[in-house]
Amino acid sequence: MHVDSITNGIVIDHITEGKAMQIYDMLSLGSLSCPVAILKNVPSKKMGRKDIIKIDSSIDINLDVLGFVSPNITVAIVRDGKICEKKHIDLPKKLTDIIKCKNPRCITSTEQDIHHIFKLSEGNNPVYRCIYCDTKA
Amino acid sequence: MNHLIDILDLSVEEISELIAVANDIMANPEKYQEKCRYKKLATLFFEPSTRTRLSFEAAMMELGGNVLGFSDAASSSSSKGESVSDTVSVVSGYADIIAMRHPKEGAPLVAAMKSEVPIINAGDGGHNHPTQTLADLLTIYREKGDLNNLTIGFCGDLKFGRTVHSLIAAMSRYKNIKFVLISPNELKLPSYVKNDHIKEKNIPYVQTESLDDVIGDLDILYMTRVQKERFFNEEDYLRLKDSYILTPEKLKNAKSDLSILHPLPRVNEISTLVDEDPRACYFRQTKNGKYMRMALILKLLEVM
Repeated sequence: MHVDSITNGIVIDHITEGKAMQIYDMLSLGSLSCPVAILKNVPSKKMGRKDIIKIDSSIDINLDVLGFVSPNITVAIVRDGKICEKKHIDLPKKLTDIIKCKNPRCITSTEQDIHHIFKLSEGNNPVYRCIYCDTKA
Repeated sequence: MNHLIDILDLSVEEISELIAVANDIMANPEKYQEKCRYKKLATLFFEPSTRTRLSFEAAMMELGGNVLGFSDAASSSSSKGESVSDTVSVVSGYADIIAMRHPKEGAPLVAAMKSEVPIINAGDGGHNHPTQTLADLLTIYREKGDLNNLTIGFCGDLKFGRTVHSLIAAMSRYKNIKFVLISPNELKLPSYVKNDHIKEKNIPYVQTESLDDVIGDLDILYMTRVQKERFFNEEDYLRLKDSYILTPEKLKNAKSDLSILHPLPRVNEISTLVDEDPRACYFRQTKNGKYMRMALILKLLEVM
């Protein structure tokens, strides 16, 4: 299968197998008018299989979403057919308005106009916890 | 702006400072009786809590300040659908400091993000109750003379007991602490509390279902209530309920200098026969709560 290279845009690579659609939805890529290619189950030496997303336009994307959904992802910015910048995305320290708290007793379930914020805990097994009620994401 | 939302907002040094001030207030109350003159405390209690509210109000009055507020959501604008943010934005224009209790977890943090005056979390659902922990810490300090080198037993409902979680978090920062966790299997300490505050810090701990087996090892016994509705079946409740009731017989094997704490209200988990035992500290503990709240108000208003 062949997908053309892009001239100006973004390649999101090393996505954990099966996570591409989640990223597509969370970044609202469906609302873009430019071509977007989703490659699923691509053979990878390092990962066995991986997903890739190619966006044929230079847009701003929320890198925190990527780090949260699929750590160790890479983002390549392509200009004039060449990779001009490559970013390795780690787990973001803080997530703002990316996910919602699922605890029905949390203030975020009733308070209007409130930011949904999760912070990465410290320690050996870091997890995201809601800053308001400490519930795990 | 300083607030108290979680007990871990305070460093060990700040807690020592509050304990020192609380002890000084107890010894020299007249020194403090005008410290908050012309200052106002708003008690915003979106759910009823007589004990905590009265403690805050008594604390402010003994500092010479005034108190305003409401004691349940029905008498506040929240019954008309007002948000916590809006309520606090309004009230912070009327008061110098706010103590808030709310059934929703995290509501005081939302308040702190909006408020122009210090916010004290007076309990947010089953989440945090830091001023209870301050009362517990002062009690332990006054009874033992130190917050280090202690074996602390927690008995009863360790799963839902927010006061237990906060006190474990607070005590895990002191030296040579050992925890003894006594509860039925259904009400064990949640793993995140155990991981974050005990295992990660390599603090020795024992987990058991039997109070009798461990009572002789304890310097502090922190009792909580085992509620019937927490059990999956009545058979288990009936089997276990009596093992978590403290009686003079159970105390025969305890150390002579054991300190028995309870956040109150108690139902039947401590026999009233234990009240006369000098090791029972729970009524002193409530009084200590008022002095710690006084020290906290002084600190947050920066009038120490």
